[in-house]
Amino acid sequence: MSFLELKDLRVHFPTDDGLVKSVDGLSFALERGKTLGIVGESGSGKSVTSLGILGLHKGGRAKLGGEIWLDGEELVGASAEHVRTLRGKKMAMIFQDPLSAMHPFYTVGSQIVEAYRIHNDVSKKVARKHAIDMLGRVGIPQPDRRVDSYPHEFSGGMRQRAMIAMALSCDPELLIADEPTTALDVTVQAQILDLMRDLQRDFNAALIIITHDLGVVAELADDILVMYGGKCIEYGTAEDIFERPEHPYTWGLLGSMPRLDRDRTERLLPIKGSPPSLINVPAGCAFHPRCTFEDRTGGKASTEVPQLVETEGGHLVRCHLPRDTRRSIWETEIKPSLEAS
Amino acid sequence: MQKTTRLGVAALSAVLALGLAACGGGSTTTPTSSGAPAAAGSTGEFNGALTAVVNPSDKKGGILKLANAGDWDSLDPGDTYYGYSWNFIRLYGRSLVMFKSAPGKTGNELTPDLAEGLGTPSDDAKTWTYKLKAGIKFEDGTPVTSKDVKYGVERSFDKEVFPDGYTYFNDFLNWPKDYKGAYKSKDVNTDSAIETPDDQTIVFHLKQPLSNFDYFAQLPATIPVPKDKDTGAKYKEHVISTGPYKFDKNEIGKGFTLVRNDQWDPATDPNRKALPDGYDVATNVNADDIDNRVLAGDLDVDVTGTGVQPAALGRILPDPAVKAGTDNPTGTRLWYTSINGNVAPLDNLECRKAVEYAADKTALQTAWGGEFAGGQIATSLLPPSIPGHEDFNTWVPGADNKGDVTKAKEALTACGQPNGFETNIAYRAERPKEKAAAEALQQSLGRVGIKLTLKPFPQTDYFALYAGKPGYAKDNKLGLAMNGWQSDWPDGFGFLQQIVDSRVIRDTGGSSNISVRDPEVDKLIDQAMEQTDPNSRNGIWTQIDKKVMDDAYILPNVWAKALLVRSKNATNVFVNDAYGMYDYLGMGVK
Amino acid sequence: MVTYIIRRLIWSVVMLSIVSIITFAIFFLVPRLAGATSEDLAARYVGRTASAEQVKVAAEKLGFNDPLVVQYGRFAKGIVVGADYDYGPGVERCPAPCFGYSFLTRLPVWPDLLDRLPVTISLALGAAVIWVIAGVATGVLSALKRGSFFDRAAMSIALAGVSMPIFFTGMVSLVLFSYGLKITVAGGTYTPFLTNPATWAYDLLLPWITLAFLYAAGYARLTRAGMLETMNEDYIRTARAKGLRERTVVVKHGLRGALTPILTIFGLDLGLLLGGAVLTESTYSLPGIGKYAIDAIGRQDLPQVMGVTLVAAFFVVVANLVVDLLYAVVDPRVRLV
Ligand SMILES: Nc1ncnc2c1ncn2[C@@H]1O[C@H](COP(=O)(O)OP(=O)(O)OP(=O)(O)O)[C@@H](O)[C@H]1O
Ligand code: SF4
Ligand SMILES: [Mg+2]
Repeated sequence: MSFLELKDLRVHFPTDDGLVKSVDGLSFALERGKTLGIVGESGSGKSVTSLGILGLHKGGRAKLGGEIWLDGEELVGASAEHVRTLRGKKMAMIFQDPLSAMHPFYTVGSQIVEAYRIHNDVSKKVARKHAIDMLGRVGIPQPDRRVDSYPHEFSGGMRQRAMIAMALSCDPELLIADEPTTALDVTVQAQILDLMRDLQRDFNAALIIITHDLGVVAELADDILVMYGGKCIEYGTAEDIFERPEHPYTWGLLGSMPRLDRDRTERLLPIKGSPPSLINVPAGCAFHPRCTFEDRTGGKASTEVPQLVETEGGHLVRCHLPRDTRRSIWETEIKPSLEAS
Repeated sequence: MQKTTRLGVAALSAVLALGLAACGGGSTTTPTSSGAPAAAGSTGEFNGALTAVVNPSDKKGGILKLANAGDWDSLDPGDTYYGYSWNFIRLYGRSLVMFKSAPGKTGNELTPDLAEGLGTPSDDAKTWTYKLKAGIKFEDGTPVTSKDVKYGVERSFDKEVFPDGYTYFNDFLNWPKDYKGAYKSKDVNTDSAIETPDDQTIVFHLKQPLSNFDYFAQLPATIPVPKDKDTGAKYKEHVISTGPYKFDKNEIGKGFTLVRNDQWDPATDPNRKALPDGYDVATNVNADDIDNRVLAGDLDVDVTGTGVQPAALGRILPDPAVKAGTDNPTGTRLWYTSINGNVAPLDNLECRKAVEYAADKTALQTAWGGEFAGGQIATSLLPPSIPGHEDFNTWVPGADNKGDVTKAKEALTACGQPNGFETNIAYRAERPKEKAAAEALQQSLGRVGIKLTLKPFPQTDYFALYAGKPGYAKDNKLGLAMNGWQSDWPDGFGFLQQIVDSRVIRDTGGSSNISVRDPEVDKLIDQAMEQTDPNSRNGIWTQIDKKVMDDAYILPNVWAKALLVRSKNATNVFVNDAYGMYDYLGMGVK
Repeated sequence: MVTYIIRRLIWSVVMLSIVSIITFAIFFLVPRLAGATSEDLAARYVGRTASAEQVKVAAEKLGFNDPLVVQYGRFAKGIVVGADYDYGPGVERCPAPCFGYSFLTRLPVWPDLLDRLPVTISLALGAAVIWVIAGVATGVLSALKRGSFFDRAAMSIALAGVSMPIFFTGMVSLVLFSYGLKITVAGGTYTPFLTNPATWAYDLLLPWITLAFLYAAGYARLTRAGMLETMNEDYIRTARAKGLRERTVVVKHGLRGALTPILTIFGLDLGLLLGGAVLTESTYSLPGIGKYAIDAIGRQDLPQVMGVTLVAAFFVVVANLVVDLLYAVVDPRVRLV
């Protein structure tokens, strides 16, 4: 069994409007020292998945189903209190917007100290030294002084570094970074990504990077999972996804991927339409209202839910199009147009 | 167990009653269980203390607890002008003469206090002599002399230092020219006003005959003040006692306590029983809270004696058991309507008669607060408790007091206004009861075609600038004006002189008399001032009362009444007519 | 920081002067504009049926015949350097700060105020402790158990609490607990703290609870709303992700975040109350600043009104300053400039 394994994870929220199926049958596995990138549009269920792994839906309104195995332990059925003790120590998380994710009234140092001392029975002084060390390691200059600064006194990039320092303070084995660079500008983004890669190597942690931007995972991820409407629609190695993507949605993502050698605002193949409703999921393939190739599936797209099937060597795709059709569309229609630009 | 439950029930019903009162619902009555503790604690019956002593006892000891929703104007005998204060001051001060401490009409009688007897007048009633008893001392043991009495009156002359008091002595004694009182005219010889031929004798010289000077001699200003202890405006913080009690603690604005004065000699004082060991008085206490506490037996007396608040009224009246523990005396205040003969067509007696006949007196009574808190329907001027009062009703407003429309219309015809007329009625804007009374009149006079327009005026300037200023009243056709009067003491002079003597009316305004202009009445007043025989004098006051009613210059509304709650812990409870409230000299503690 | 405080203090003095001028104008200038003469004003402060001469004497003695500026100047001067008062047989020195002499009791106002201050402070502080604890605790629990029976019950009671007038709850509780069940003291009972702290607390119990009930209700609602908002903040999720116990998350992170508006309101509420808990003090006949104020206004005793207004304004101004300073302590993002 892998270090982290999700089996048919379901996270549903009962609301006044109906049941929101934010995550609906998600499975994947991840080993120590490996990086998984989860990509998908806004609302596809990425954050809900990561919060689910951390057990942060427990005690809330969410209905959980399926299994989450972490280092041989099942977490969905485990007690909230037990999962709490794992949180921060065994698994940690880096959040999207470090300004709102850090408490404005406490110093950066004290927030790291707090995180450290939950899981380590040490004096405040020792913890503070550790906090300074951590700040130094994530590249904050003069960490012994900045440790007493408040979050608002940091720049955006420094805050994200501090956030990373906080998450890494207890040496977690699983690190989930939920859109760690979205709030940052491009240069800082690159620095933070470099930092995470280095740290992951040092700590030998399993890393999940969540983003709606394929560019972010291009350099970091070993494997990539593409989510759409709470489901995995394509899964494979980074090479699979970038070189041989087989799902029309993934093509769309690639087409809208900003590249450093291209004007950011220019989008070649924008995905038309908007993300699906999670309450009244479109019948058949959830993507079909937006899919350019929907007509090539012989009407199945709007009636039958496609299954996630292996196309070859662990590369999974959820699409009714025959494998050959998918490959030829990619080779003859999509890839050239991407390269042309 | 049983007891707790009952208390709980009683408390709850009290809460309910409070709630009703707070919601403005006066008409609903809350049935109370007959076992309410109020019944158990009360003795006597409704109005039982008006004519007899309730809980008579000679038991000494205990502390009587009193509370005042406001505060004394001053505890200084030279600077106080409230009836309750004069009632209470007898505990720590002795004036030359005093009202008897007795129930009902006997309380109206004057009896010597410092003096050996009532005053001896000269033939012209311009000189009055009093002899002091021997053996009366101040609380520090110093003997009281006639000079201390004289000094007390002299200091009270200074209205800059003592602005609260009356000016009877200032106005009637024959002071030297430009006299300014004991402080500013220190070395002025005042023998022309007050002589002290020896330590036991004091002689007052008046500017004019004053047949009833004994009433002056009961005023607190004749309570002796030792000159060397006088601190002027600050004297009220520690008044030197001559009575059975002296001040112990006195925090002005909060309250004070009285303890026994060991220098008081009962042998010199047949009037005071001095039963309690002391008095505990709180001032500036929430008025509703006072009522609740007296009803609960937690407090003995609402010292102002002006009656309970509307909230408590709603709790007392519906419950016979609680009502039995209360008294409803008629005081010496008359609420009335002045009928201004200067404003046509009210210059015609027949038109004034029409007003007298048409008025619905029951509606007026309701306007003033009803039978218990408002007053008794008045048929003449002098209230029943004042000597000289006689029951008569010159203009009977129908057998049911609801007005006699037929007679009123006849009078209007005789006046030459068969269809009625229009005029205005003035009242004090800040006084909702005056407004209600004016509206009641508007309603009832409207029945015979007399149309009234309501004219509210600010109360501070009511007499000085508006209703009481003859020119203004005439020009603005204030034919009727709401008015009220209370005498300083139960005597025809005190009650009538200021409101019926036409010579007190000044063109500059400010007089309470705004309608009675009858030379014959003035003449009768002069006669009364010279008549030293009380019975003959009171006969004259009756005559004056009748004459004014014949003139129809005044429409009497009600003689004010107040609902007083008898303490459950007090003995010797009775209403003294001189003050129209419980007599504070008599009360003891069970 | 220091310059900030100094500047604020100077500003406070200016504010108090303005308040005193406005109060003075309301009671002295407005009646005159409405046509009242010195005698009309003085007529309130003499006995009933006072003669015209008597009123004239009073007007002169009270200084009503001087120009208004002179009258105000006299008042202001009294506060700064003191004043002399002629009480008849002699002259008394009223040392600074002399708020003048009551027109009615003819006693100096300042000692009166000092005498009543402890009552108001005792009442306000005691009630404040109760309402903050009760209100905040209820609010937090309600927020955490949103929609539960507890939440709905607490919020209904809170609504009743804020909407019921204190003279009603006060009078009802007196009748019920003091005169009915006899477990609390009668209205008007007060023992100074230094005389006997236990009796002090016992005597004030009912007023405290009544007053606290009114405020606790508001604080519960405020806390609940604040907590519902902060518990949705990202930093709460972060705190949970660290593995903190839920109680720590709620108190250290959630409540701390919700505290700022509560603190602001609390400072101002307390400041206002220290200037006199008018309704509570009147209902329970407690001789505090508020009762003094209501009595003074009722009797139009202007020196007392002026004194009490300034004391109340002083507390409000100080409370504002303290709140602003605390703001900087509570929220590090706030800079005092
Ligand atoms: N507590 C909740 N109650 C109801 N619906 C929820 C809840 N939390 C999340 N959702 C819904 O679940 C869906 C997935 O949300 P999620 O935050 O996982 O999206 P995401 O993929 O992280 O998007 P983004 O890129 O914007 O972060 C959204 O439609 C959201 O509205
Ligand atoms: S199943 Fe059909 S609609 Fe869905 S992604 Fe594949 S081609 Fe498009
Ligand atoms: Mg997200």
